[in-house]
Amino acid sequence: MTMSAQPLSAARIDEIMARQPDVFRRPFHKRFAAPLAVAAVTAYCIYAFWFFSIGQVFANGNWNIAGTYLADWVSYEVRPDIEYRDGEIEVTFPRFSPLGENPDPDWIETEQGTVTVIVDRPTDNSASAAPASGSFMSPNSDATLTAEDNALDGDAAATPADEGFSFMSPNSDATLTAEDNALGGAAPAADEAVVTETRQGVARALVTIYERGTIDVTPDRVIVTRYNGTLDVLIDRENEQVLPQGPLPEWASQRAPGAKVFIDFGFYGRAEIRHREVKVNRRFLGWENFVFDPASPYWGLGFGEVMGKAFGPPIEEGRSNFGIMWQNIVYNAEWQHGDVWIKLLQTIVMAFVGTLFAVFIAFPLSFAAARNITPNRFVNQILKRFFDFLRSVDMLIWALFFTRAFGPGPLAGISAIFFTDTGTLGKLYSEALENIDDKQREGVRSVGAGPAAVQRFGVVPQVLPIFASQALYFWESNTRSATIIGAVGAGGIGLKLWEAMRTNQDWENVFYMVILILIVVFIFDNVSGALRARLVGRQAG
Amino acid sequence: MASTDLHDPDAYVRNGQYDVDRHWRDLVRQRRLYTALSLGILFVALFASLWFANETNAGKFFDRLPHFFDFVGGMIPRDGWEVWRALFDLESPYYDGSFKYDYPDGRVYFWGTWYVPEYIHKMVETLNIAILSTLIGFIFGFLLCFLAATNLTTTRWLRFVVRRFMEFLRAFPEIVIAGFFLAIFSLGPVPAIIAVSIHTIGALGKMFFEVVENADMKPDEGLRAVGANWTERVWFGIVPQIMPNFLSYTLLRLEINVRASTIIGAVGAGGIGEVLRLSISRGHEAKTLAIILLLFVTIVAVDQLSAWLRRKIVGDQAFQFGA
Repeated sequence: MTMSAQPLSAARIDEIMARQPDVFRRPFHKRFAAPLAVAAVTAYCIYAFWFFSIGQVFANGNWNIAGTYLADWVSYEVRPDIEYRDGEIEVTFPRFSPLGENPDPDWIETEQGTVTVIVDRPTDNSASAAPASGSFMSPNSDATLTAEDNALDGDAAATPADEGFSFMSPNSDATLTAEDNALGGAAPAADEAVVTETRQGVARALVTIYERGTIDVTPDRVIVTRYNGTLDVLIDRENEQVLPQGPLPEWASQRAPGAKVFIDFGFYGRAEIRHREVKVNRRFLGWENFVFDPASPYWGLGFGEVMGKAFGPPIEEGRSNFGIMWQNIVYNAEWQHGDVWIKLLQTIVMAFVGTLFAVFIAFPLSFAAARNITPNRFVNQILKRFFDFLRSVDMLIWALFFTRAFGPGPLAGISAIFFTDTGTLGKLYSEALENIDDKQREGVRSVGAGPAAVQRFGVVPQVLPIFASQALYFWESNTRSATIIGAVGAGGIGLKLWEAMRTNQDWENVFYMVILILIVVFIFDNVSGALRARLVGRQAG
Repeated sequence: MASTDLHDPDAYVRNGQYDVDRHWRDLVRQRRLYTALSLGILFVALFASLWFANETNAGKFFDRLPHFFDFVGGMIPRDGWEVWRALFDLESPYYDGSFKYDYPDGRVYFWGTWYVPEYIHKMVETLNIAILSTLIGFIFGFLLCFLAATNLTTTRWLRFVVRRFMEFLRAFPEIVIAGFFLAIFSLGPVPAIIAVSIHTIGALGKMFFEVVENADMKPDEGLRAVGANWTERVWFGIVPQIMPNFLSYTLLRLEINVRASTIIGAVGAGGIGEVLRLSISRGHEAKTLAIILLLFVTIVAVDQLSAWLRRKIVGDQAFQFGA
């Protein structure tokens, strides 16, 4: 603000202030509107913070898992177990591993050497944890039978020291043994019971976790190397102890002395060193087996090879190679492409049919609800309240209601969208009708047209673009809502998404479906936007 | 213009009216053909969709229809007062030890024997989810929208990035966000707040930047002339004129968010949606009706309040969905 050359006199200031009360004597609530609003919002936020105990929820949040889940969206893990319990190293993969059956990945190298293998050992307590619950009964009830069984069994007879600890062993006081074990026979077996044999076998395994580090596994010692340090862990298999040598680096942790050691490679994977095995989780970027699953004959081949195989000799009698290929893709066990596509189509159909039916019903009803077209106050009011009712009973309520009635599936979704949108569209349509220009109707009526013709030529041409535009808008927005109401049981991709999220295992499938939904929403937005722009001009876009 | 004598066909042709008529008729025929074709395609699509929906549904439409009426019949409570008892957590004369009639069970005591009925408490929770997420959406949408408006942000890539970002927030399925945060926070309303907020930021941001682009730029010019920086121009030149529209859109969003948070609640994020889903699936008719009644009244009240406020703020130029 520029200063005037002549300073204002006090009288003049008073005069100006008296002349402009709007500027200088504004009411309190106007003068302090902004600070008041800020104060109210802050107060509300504090209340909400308390009401939802947000601080506590965030503190208790499982943030480590969040990172893993997010990583799962775009990557997958391969989880080999490197077992060395008996002295020889054995690399096993869980069933349904993404690498297929009997994988031999190049990031696990094994080395032959002389190994001392425990051929037989007293029953290991932790190993028999699962059968234990079932076998508590057997020594009591049919101890004799057990004894006979074992007597016939050469192996059992060869290990007399087993006796005190094995559930199955022939024992004079089987009941006592069972009780001992039931009470928690945590004590390891007597040393002299272990029968060993020295032979050639796999003595060493080297797991490479990218350039991040290596895990060098031998039966008695595990050496973990990372770019910034080394951890040497001795394995005491006899006493079931895991003993890291020296202080643990920041990327390793152990809950109690002798317990398993966790190794963290960040995004690239993690490992657990246990007294009987090393569990490795190595993460790979991408979606595993997206096109073909390991059961498929096309699995693991490049595009050229797949094509070669498809044009090559028949894989199976009586079916074309392309048929098998298509079958394999659609019924991919991990990704369930066929099912996902069907569910997505259901969602699209729910939005389409629901909106279309709503338009069919709302269109005639809105003529009866519009004051200027049906000059009957009673009918107008009844219909308008009916529209309000349909709209205000939430789409959720309709969805739950129809899910109970029709069973989960698109019929429930269609009905829910139909009911809600009949209300919304009816309201919007009748409002549009009440705002029409009356001159066209008068013109049509003045040439002697009947009531139907008056509506057809005097009203419909005015409102049809608006009606169509609003219908398209709702079609577009319902495609989005159909996803959500699907999750409460109304079928479609929403339900599939919800099921995938429930297990916390299939985040990559969730991401796949999200991408499909985003693509569909994007296409529909653009189609509907373009159509609406053509119908009512640019401003509708 | 020559008048047309119907008894003189030559004049009709000579004056060119024949050509005009023929052309008009051709156009009409073409238009009718297109309309018929579009309607034909629409109906084929409709019937194909209906067939598909019926085929892939768990129960077929006509098989399920009798169950539908059974279900509606099962929704009638034993007497009219049961609904009120369920709503206000009063003891029921039909109480037989089962959860169905155990209305006082859900009371939320806050002081001595004073309690808030369960469903009203849940409804307040859902309303709070809606209000808080609308507030968060408003704050972030407000901050982002100026960066997406052509008249205020001349950096093309920044505008592009902000717009795509808001589009992404809007289109990303709310349910996935809710599901993801449910996995982190376990059950509770916080995942719902996050999910609804994220969607609201995108939705309001888009509305807001369109309002900003339609703003009168003269105050901005004046401020620029006296050497105001970007923030001052926005704050003193643009914000005062767009604030009523912003508030109006925010209120409209609040109406939508009350519904959205109910739905998100039904998939496990707390609030009234969850209890509604449970009571419908358990077949507790009085409880279900009580919740539906409460929800209905609340939604109508919020809609009316918001409409009244909007009329006060921006006058009669009402904002409607899709208008």
